[in-house]
Amino acid sequence: MSSEKEKKEIAVREKEAIEPASGEPTREGVYYSPVVDIYETDEKITVVADMPGVLKENVEVDIKDGVLTISGAVEQVPERLKPVYREYDVGGYLRRFTIGDKIDSEKISARLDAGVLTLDLPKADRLRARRVEVQAG
Amino acid sequence: MFGWRGLRFADPWEDFGRLSREMNRAMGRFGATEPAARVFPPLNAYDDGESFVVRAEIPGVEASSLEVDATGRALTIKGERRPHQAEDVSFHRRERDHGVWNRTLSLPQPVDPDKIRASYKNGILEVILPKAAEARPRRVEISG
Repeated sequence: MSSEKEKKEIAVREKEAIEPASGEPTREGVYYSPVVDIYETDEKITVVADMPGVLKENVEVDIKDGVLTISGAVEQVPERLKPVYREYDVGGYLRRFTIGDKIDSEKISARLDAGVLTLDLPKADRLRARRVEVQAG
Repeated sequence: MFGWRGLRFADPWEDFGRLSREMNRAMGRFGATEPAARVFPPLNAYDDGESFVVRAEIPGVEASSLEVDATGRALTIKGERRPHQAEDVSFHRRERDHGVWNRTLSLPQPVDPDKIRASYKNGILEVILPKAAEARPRRVEISG
């Protein structure tokens, strides 16, 4: 009997290719929808997206008309590497979220670490939930 | 949401290795393998003539949590992605999974275990496996 707590196996998710909507600017290559976590606190909404292979300089974050767009291009595999086995497709990442007008878009911050993009989207002041501290008397 | 959890499929590299022993002059013909990712992490393999290059998409782990072991004929990668640490938050979406993995790949040709190198950058693990001397292509000079 193992004394170590059993750990669950991680599941794999296949990439979903993006069908470009008509009228969108053409992007080179294939793009996939990154998997994300999105969570919220009183102060902000945080978006965490898996974008393996993307370099910091190739990440784009954009907010327009209440739609948040995150995208990242990846470098193609050099030609000297001949593919002999394939379980994932190499391509960029693109995903959009409707966030409405409750975000202070001037204060968004982003960081990329080990292929994971983390975006902090502070809520606009007027929409923040106010928490009133109750002091013990 | 994670429909494949718990399902295990036969490792396609097992077939790949067997096939290649039967047909190992024709490496390039295996490139058309259909995507078959059913086990984390998804892997791609390339051949640059001198080496096999195996890449795995493993975003968001510490390099120190990855274990890579190789023999002349097999590559094993192990690791863990830890659950997200966030307290007092309400989740709108939770698609990124966590957990452990352990995959062993049969290699279609022998490699030199002492020369294997691994790196982890931008969420991609890359393992370079130089082929054993006897498995490398040789150009035969024709005298005359």
